[in-house]
Amino acid sequence: MSSENGKRLLETDAGGLNFEATELTLGLPGEPRVTSDGGAKLGSKRGFSETVDLKLGDNNQEVKLGHSLQEAAKSPVSKTQVVGWPPVRGFAKRGKKSCKYVKVAVDGAPYLRKVDLEIYNSYQQLLTSLEDMFSCFTIRNYLNEKKIDQVNGIEYMPTYEDKDGDWMLVGDVPWQMFVESCKRLRLMKSSEAVGLGLTTGPKYASTN
Amino acid sequence: MAEQMSDDEGQQSPPSDLDFTSNKARTCIVTGSVSGHTEFQSPYPDQVLENVLENVLHFLTSRRDRNTASLVCKSWYRVEALTRSELFIGNCYAVSPARATARFTRVRALHLKGRPRFADFNLMPHGWGAHFNPWVLAFAKACPWLEKVYLKRMSVTDDDLATLAESFLGFKELVLFCCDGFGTSGLANFVSKCRQLKVLDLIESEVSDDETDWILCFPEGESHLESLIFDCVECPINFEALERLVARSPSLKKLRLNRYVSIGQLYRLMVQAPQLTHLGTGSFSPSEIAGQGDQEPDYVTSFAACKSLVCLSGFREIIPDYLPAIYPICANLTSLNFSYANITAEQLKPIISNCHKLQVFWVLDSICDEGLQAVAATCKELRELRVFPVDAREDSDGPVSEVGFQAISEGCRKLQSILYFCQRMTNAAVIAMSRNCPDLVVFRLCIMGRHRPDHVTGEPMDDGFGAIVMNCKKLTRLAVSGLLTDKAFDYIGRYGKLVRTLSVAFAGDSDMALKYVLEGCPQLQKLEIRDSPFGDAALCSGLHHYYNMRFLWMSSCRLTHQGCQQIAHAMPRLVVEVIRSADEEEMDVCDQTLYMYRSLEGPRNDAPKFVTIL
Repeated sequence: MSSENGKRLLETDAGGLNFEATELTLGLPGEPRVTSDGGAKLGSKRGFSETVDLKLGDNNQEVKLGHSLQEAAKSPVSKTQVVGWPPVRGFAKRGKKSCKYVKVAVDGAPYLRKVDLEIYNSYQQLLTSLEDMFSCFTIRNYLNEKKIDQVNGIEYMPTYEDKDGDWMLVGDVPWQMFVESCKRLRLMKSSEAVGLGLTTGPKYASTN
Repeated sequence: MAEQMSDDEGQQSPPSDLDFTSNKARTCIVTGSVSGHTEFQSPYPDQVLENVLENVLHFLTSRRDRNTASLVCKSWYRVEALTRSELFIGNCYAVSPARATARFTRVRALHLKGRPRFADFNLMPHGWGAHFNPWVLAFAKACPWLEKVYLKRMSVTDDDLATLAESFLGFKELVLFCCDGFGTSGLANFVSKCRQLKVLDLIESEVSDDETDWILCFPEGESHLESLIFDCVECPINFEALERLVARSPSLKKLRLNRYVSIGQLYRLMVQAPQLTHLGTGSFSPSEIAGQGDQEPDYVTSFAACKSLVCLSGFREIIPDYLPAIYPICANLTSLNFSYANITAEQLKPIISNCHKLQVFWVLDSICDEGLQAVAATCKELRELRVFPVDAREDSDGPVSEVGFQAISEGCRKLQSILYFCQRMTNAAVIAMSRNCPDLVVFRLCIMGRHRPDHVTGEPMDDGFGAIVMNCKKLTRLAVSGLLTDKAFDYIGRYGKLVRTLSVAFAGDSDMALKYVLEGCPQLQKLEIRDSPFGDAALCSGLHHYYNMRFLWMSSCRLTHQGCQQIAHAMPRLVVEVIRSADEEEMDVCDQTLYMYRSLEGPRNDAPKFVTIL
């Protein structure tokens, strides 16, 4: 599948994508279908990102995505992360700081992803990783205006829900404070964000 | 120890008696007069006998013995109920609080277990149940002299903590293991009111940060505290208040700090409490505030002063440079938990080479096979080893392998319990362990890559696990992994006669595997299975045994709704729950989880929407 195809799937063919999602994850209750391990270095190797990345090296991936979990699991090439496996207790993240998984929703995408905020050290890393994950979208990235590809159309504003339940623009508070207060992320269509008056850039975009 | 107390025998009677048409000798032994109308004669001879019985039964501590004694006759049943001071209930839904308090009226200690273990791994949505609330309310009314509560995988609210503190005047010990639902404000309220508190142990529990200074809320004056464990509490604490608390707790023996306590602060606490036997070090790194030029305290001296220290843990954000501080106490240690310390073999060696008395060792795989070899070389008394992965993903590099595993088996012959996460393993190494460590009671091997075969031969891991069940005659707990065919389960059914707990994931070829186990393992109590190709036929093959079990968990297997219904109809005293993902409405039962357990109470009334009870 070319990246165009991938884009088309994510943007319009919700049904088809859901079928694949069902195939892959035979009912692991309580979690979104595909659990991403997050991380700029990992995002590009995982699940659906493969179909939208230009990295077409592992063409086998696309074929196997259509198979049942059982078969996919037996394939050494498959790298889909499975919920609750390996069985290490969630709040006993060892040797690292406590992990902080938050859901990432993208307006228009039929499924959510999850990222572990603790593995990033800055907004730049997080946004780069999100771009990898949803690489058919262009994420409004104040940090480096050059990356915005307006040609492909839809722009997204990264927003997050904080501890108080308010929706905030990503980048206003120091990184560590953001990690601690962020409960979930939403990439909001810029057209919707216009009404919020988010015209000035965030304060901490350039630090960290 | 929690593992050993796994049998669910706190119920009213063993499962074969669930119908109360007892087939055991329940006929009342006529005491006193031969005529049989003892009730209408002078009560004196009966009373004497009951008093004697009561005094004798006080000495009976094992709950299994007590259960047996309670079956002798009504008189023994009654007296046993009066003298049982520690009540263990392995599944909080197997019996209601009302029933428990009606039978056991003088309980001092309550031990309750709630959610099944797989809930720890995000396999169960939040809000499933296991609420402490009905229990605390029932006991508050019926057993106000309750002193100790031990909860595992239960939801405890701030209100429940308040009830505990207010309703039980002499309350002494609270241990919460893998619990959630409460926060620092609940803790603050609890500690402020429990004036007799000796033990507050919060272990691997989720404590919400209500930004309340709970340490400050311990009452002033001398405290009775013997154990304070809060290493899992993920919020800062008032250190000055803690220091004062430790200073006024002369009986304090166990102290496990959270990661918000720096090494400098640790030093100050240790100076106050050299009598400690169990210490959790907190972060084991300096706070950011400490400047470069500041004089660092002499950590070595503070450790050296703790001559009674036998159990060391913590190291939550370790700076390995500080490790030498613990050298003075290594030789005394019987338990060392490095499972939060990302250290190398080189950093481990100087420590472990002095730990000759070590019996329990938890560590990260960052120490690699080389580190394990060092453990094997020194720790001849090792009874329990747990090796956790730093990087818990399937396709990560594996710093430990069959090499370290085999070394351990050769060096630590007294091993009784092992939990080992790795990326590669061989049958040969597992077979070697089965021969070298015949005392194994708990064998949990997690080869993190699903369906991964023997790394060297490419064969399934059947023979390795087969050897374990064959050679380790005391084995009661087993967790399998790697590529496994039905043959492995055939072995388990044939040789695993003492197995009580079995964990299966991504294993087996067909229904036969589950049948072997259900038909072959008479002691099986807890069976948890995920992502394995077992269907309705296999499920039905266990009908003869399910009343003997605490629970069966099957998720992402090949069950159908009808299959589960069949079981529910066939076994009225079994509660059969089908749990869906909280997000999804329409799903095949394949995608859902079956969780079933024996119960005297029938379907519970607190089931959330995503649970269907058949």
